[in-house]
Amino acid sequence: MKYVDEYRSESAARRYADIIHKTITRSWTLMEICGGQTHTIVKSGLESLLPKEISLVHGPGCPVCVTPLEMIDKAIAIASQPEVIFTSFGDMMRVPGSHIDLLSVKADGGSVRMVYSPLDAVKIAQQNPEKKVVFFAVGFETTAPANAMAVWQAKKLGLKNFSILCSHVLVPPAMEAILSSPENQVQAFLAAGHVCTVMGFEEYIPIAKKYKVPIVVTGFEPVDILQGISMAVKQLEDGRVEVENQYSRSVQREGNQAAQKLLLEVFETTDRAWRGIGEIPLSGYKLRAEYAEFDAENIFDVGAVHAQESSLCIAGIILRGLKKPHECSVFGTECTPEHPVGAPMVSSEGACAAYYHYRKV
Amino acid sequence: MGTVDFSGIRKSVCLDWVPDVKIGEYVIVHVGFAISKVDEEEAQETLKLFEQISGSLDELKYDGSEKSGLR
Repeated sequence: MKYVDEYRSESAARRYADIIHKTITRSWTLMEICGGQTHTIVKSGLESLLPKEISLVHGPGCPVCVTPLEMIDKAIAIASQPEVIFTSFGDMMRVPGSHIDLLSVKADGGSVRMVYSPLDAVKIAQQNPEKKVVFFAVGFETTAPANAMAVWQAKKLGLKNFSILCSHVLVPPAMEAILSSPENQVQAFLAAGHVCTVMGFEEYIPIAKKYKVPIVVTGFEPVDILQGISMAVKQLEDGRVEVENQYSRSVQREGNQAAQKLLLEVFETTDRAWRGIGEIPLSGYKLRAEYAEFDAENIFDVGAVHAQESSLCIAGIILRGLKKPHECSVFGTECTPEHPVGAPMVSSEGACAAYYHYRKV
Repeated sequence: MGTVDFSGIRKSVCLDWVPDVKIGEYVIVHVGFAISKVDEEEAQETLKLFEQISGSLDELKYDGSEKSGLR
């Protein structure tokens, strides 16, 4: 595909790796924010091209992985109600709740449907006026405008049987949480190219300045990532701290303002709990009061949910970049993509799934 | 809404956020929404840069002993 294949060129990848080898004089730790980037790194074996002085730690940018267990248990409780059609992106279906997952609800006769777009869920609501249709709205800033559009359309259409279970999270507050932790090892970031396509990158400038970390907005193909790493290493070696944009074919400084406008019409920022990390102030979106009728948490009383985390899974430590997936005691044994113990083994963006599928450990 | 061709697979995609997109241009699509138009000028600039670094490095001694492909 044009503008994809070129960025998978082996010769260009090797050249960037060579530039990095020639630039580096000491050890540096970089974090790629997005799970999509983690998958490219592991799948393409990029680490084997990099000098040993570079340590890549895998960031929290996997929506399925950071959605709190309580939220998954709530989703399962709502999906189990007979009048409900519960809709979700595919990778959320197999994330284990405290006891079961959404697919088990479906297997037991519940109506749980996988959708490609939140607009598909709106369509299902139109076609099934006798049912209550709920969409599991998880994701970062890339997905939030799409979910905002679904709610906005439902309101415009006067739908009374559509709602979202909202668990949206934001990148910049998570970066600050990582950087302000005393355990932090990250010295530079590859920011998530598609989050910045929507939001732009101005909000990263104060973070770079405050914590003195270079930030390079980076794409998702192997050559994008190696170019992003080379830009970050150059900044580190030069002692510069800047926000640079490697992914300029998609990202503009101010982002996509039409998408942002709708996003802020429907959502406002709120405190959010992150699975494995804990509560981060103003790190997510919730529906504004004008859209409260579309909030599944207002519609369904699921009672008190007592979430119970697996004692074996170390997802939180992995999501903060303190350990790698293969350092977990159940990796590849009790925890596999077929029988996941934790969310990062399920998702197409989860670090554990990437290591399991693509890396010899 | 408009039709986007993903190397042969065609999907209906919301184009509200790329209002100036024209037939034949490239977009980046996420969950059924085009979130940006690929800036072809910027893309060409980057590709030119790939060629330039390839050229300039050919003149240096390239220690490319390993021949195994990118997996």
